[in-house]
Amino acid sequence: MNDTNLTAAAREPTIFDLSRSGRKATAQMPPPMVAHVPPELRRRRRPLLPEVSELQAVRHYTRLSQLNFSIDTEFYPLGSCTMKYNPRGCNQYAMLPEFLGRHPLAPVALGQGVLACFHELQEMLKEVTGMQGVSLTPMAGAQGEFAGVAMIRAYHRARGDLARNEVIVPEAAHGTNPATASMCGMKVIEIPCNAEGDVDLDALRHVVGPNTAGIMLTNPSTLGVFERTIAEIETLVHGAGGLLYYDGANLNAILGKVRPGDMGFDVIHMNLHKTFSTPHGGGGPGAGAVGVGARLLPYLPIPIVGRDGDAYRWLDERDLPASIGRLSGFMGNAGVLLRAYIYMRMVGRDGMQRIGEYATLNANYLLARFRQAGFEPAYPTRRATHEFILTMKREAREHGATAMDFAKRLLDFGYHAPTTYFPLLVPECLLIEPTETEAKETLDGFADAMIAIQREAAEDVGRLKGAPYSLPVRRLDDVRAAKHLDLTWKPAA
Amino acid sequence: MAFIPHTDDDVRQMLATIGVERIEDLFDEIPPALRAAPLTGIPPAASEMEIGRLMSERAARDGRPLSFIGAGAYEHHIPAAVWAIVTRGEIYSAYTPYQAEASQGTLQTIYEYQTMLASLTGMEVSNASLYDGASGLAEACLMAVRANRRSKSLRILMPRAVNPTYRKCVQAIAGNQNLRFEEIGFDPASGQTAFDAVERHAGSDVTAIVIQQPNFFGTLEDVDRLTDWGHKQGALVIAVVNPTSLALLKPPGEWGERGVDIVVGEGQPLGVPLAAGGPYFGFMTTRMEHVRQMPGRIVGRTLDLDGRPGFTLTLQAREQHIRRGKATSNICTNQGLLMSAATIYLAIVGPEGLERVASASMARTAELVAALTKIKGVREAFTTPRFHEALLKLDRPVGPVLDELARHGIAGGYDASADFPELGPTLLVCATETKTSGDIATYAAALGTVLGTARAA
Repeated sequence: MNDTNLTAAAREPTIFDLSRSGRKATAQMPPPMVAHVPPELRRRRRPLLPEVSELQAVRHYTRLSQLNFSIDTEFYPLGSCTMKYNPRGCNQYAMLPEFLGRHPLAPVALGQGVLACFHELQEMLKEVTGMQGVSLTPMAGAQGEFAGVAMIRAYHRARGDLARNEVIVPEAAHGTNPATASMCGMKVIEIPCNAEGDVDLDALRHVVGPNTAGIMLTNPSTLGVFERTIAEIETLVHGAGGLLYYDGANLNAILGKVRPGDMGFDVIHMNLHKTFSTPHGGGGPGAGAVGVGARLLPYLPIPIVGRDGDAYRWLDERDLPASIGRLSGFMGNAGVLLRAYIYMRMVGRDGMQRIGEYATLNANYLLARFRQAGFEPAYPTRRATHEFILTMKREAREHGATAMDFAKRLLDFGYHAPTTYFPLLVPECLLIEPTETEAKETLDGFADAMIAIQREAAEDVGRLKGAPYSLPVRRLDDVRAAKHLDLTWKPAA
Repeated sequence: MAFIPHTDDDVRQMLATIGVERIEDLFDEIPPALRAAPLTGIPPAASEMEIGRLMSERAARDGRPLSFIGAGAYEHHIPAAVWAIVTRGEIYSAYTPYQAEASQGTLQTIYEYQTMLASLTGMEVSNASLYDGASGLAEACLMAVRANRRSKSLRILMPRAVNPTYRKCVQAIAGNQNLRFEEIGFDPASGQTAFDAVERHAGSDVTAIVIQQPNFFGTLEDVDRLTDWGHKQGALVIAVVNPTSLALLKPPGEWGERGVDIVVGEGQPLGVPLAAGGPYFGFMTTRMEHVRQMPGRIVGRTLDLDGRPGFTLTLQAREQHIRRGKATSNICTNQGLLMSAATIYLAIVGPEGLERVASASMARTAELVAALTKIKGVREAFTTPRFHEALLKLDRPVGPVLDELARHGIAGGYDASADFPELGPTLLVCATETKTSGDIATYAAALGTVLGTARAA
């Protein structure tokens, strides 16, 4: 078997290696014009930018793109990232020339069409989350979290409740939760989960009190299970004067089934690039719209789209004087919002509920197949939600095959790896989220690949340790990368 | 079902494998009291054809005005190849390159981007992007607090000539960590940050000073003098720059004797469409000595098991998924797609193309200002050299003038009066290489009509 067939594309040089002094793509440039720059402010040496033809640039970046795994080319069961299909129609209609050419500060009279889309999106997000108000401006989940915690802080301060500087975060939470709380000047209090994956209520009782600003929760949690004691948590935290923050990373699981507002949450952020299927773009752009209950309405970040009769307009600090303010230069990631709007309209009322149902069906089906094959779920007594965790601790103990080894070997089988080593509290874990857009055959193929790797682990674990074999590069030396920092290309001396 | 592939037969087989009868049974751990009522506020599903028609109608209604607005977002020609490539599924539908072996395309693109931005700004290292220029400045201020260990004051000097939205955004994001921003006024004649106002802080503990070049008015600041002053005080210097302008203007790494410490800015002018406000991307570069204080993702070149070069995310110990509450920032997802667009844009236009874009924008703005200031009631606010924007003073409130211009299909600029009431009615205008002499004449004629005065000879 020969699976070390590295392609020529694997050796794609950098764009700087292709550069030749004096080569240029003149059709893409304006004609030369004279500009009068004061001599003391003038640049003396040209920047290191490539000098290539348009064809060279197109070929280079096309070839680079072919070195990536992506949803359009591979199954991508990356837990907690909701890598579902990004419908092409959403992209096409968000990229109409009038939308792309619109300056964010252009007169609202010449923007009623785009503002109508934003306003309707705000209304639909309110409905689907059960919240009272929505602001679309946060540019990613983490910025939505920031907005949420900043609103909680503003709420307590407005009431003169200045001692509330603690945010409670379960230890299974995304790293962005504690990082956000710190960024808002809060103290982070981490609490454990019990053996079945629910928040440890005794631990919670122990830490809530007059210093509690709020709690940040994901439900379903990052352990891939529904937080069953959410009603008790709500009573405890609200009873102590704190507020509840919902991290919408896992909203896909309960879309149309349970609304965060109905669970008693005061504020939530939604990852539109997960639940509402806008593309992840190789690491963004995302969009982290926030929704709030009545208590936090005055603090929503601006701008928001308001409606006066038939006309839409931006609401700013004059309309919302208590707002936590502006988080972006203009209107957040407006183009992402248009894609989410189009997606929600195409999915519609009934489709919204089917998303939660089929995401859950796919996860539970995969989990059932893995159980049959002898893999160990981290929470064996629990239903999967839209995702679930396998722990490879037995494979690691018996064969020395770690979760990372499984992840890397999966790449050779043509599947993107699940999320590895998150949540941190489950040893040797793989967090697997198939999403509703995958067909049964794909799930079966993935399960079969995992079973084949399980067999390899028992027979010849070295096979896993050396993986991947069929990708542009083999396992990379991360330690060397951090020790001998090479962060920019340099011309040969 | 929209975007769900399951046949009835699939569902039966899957439920049988799981061992339940109905999909509904999979939700049995959710307390019944919490179950949602039907979502009546969401419209029924629309087909792609129907939504396509609706969006086309709304887009047509908004139209394509002839725009002379800048104020932080700039209309430039984007080579067709840029978006043809970045909307390829392999770029557009990938995620953060956590699995390096399966993400070499994204990782190498980031490495090339880091090289281009570091060189353009005259610095040593770049991250892989932040959300946008405004929030990027907030991250830069927080970074300066971490990097300037000698300063205990958390005081940042913030010129009033810095983009007012950036100033608001910085307050909203960094204000929660008790940073204090001291406003520095500008000279009413030159539009430059007033050096005597800066000097008032001499001898005090200043954590950082922010310098925007060109500033919000388009005016060119005396960056060497401000940078040297900041360093003499023990402050770090944060530059906010327009990346297009750097083809012509001295890069921040060469300002003053030592160059600045942190550079941030809005990357939108580099191949990203205006798109009603986003998505754009923020760029950030710094010196190697501060790299561990930088927020966001960073890519490094390393070797694989066979000793061949490859790319991977590095210095991840700064980031939230490792460091949690002690991370340099909570940023996770950034603006990868736009970073890719900028890299391809810079590759295609190259050093000469970027220089031509910058020169043409500067020249067209000069032409625009000359045409508009011939109209009675319009004059330029400041006398200092500018890049591709200018602040005009009008003899009447700006809002109604812009409304009237909109009826002529012209987006005439940004009404800066509310941001700078001390200057009276002011209009910030911009022309880039996308504007012809004909466009400028059209605007001047319309403004002349709106102001109800004949153009002077």
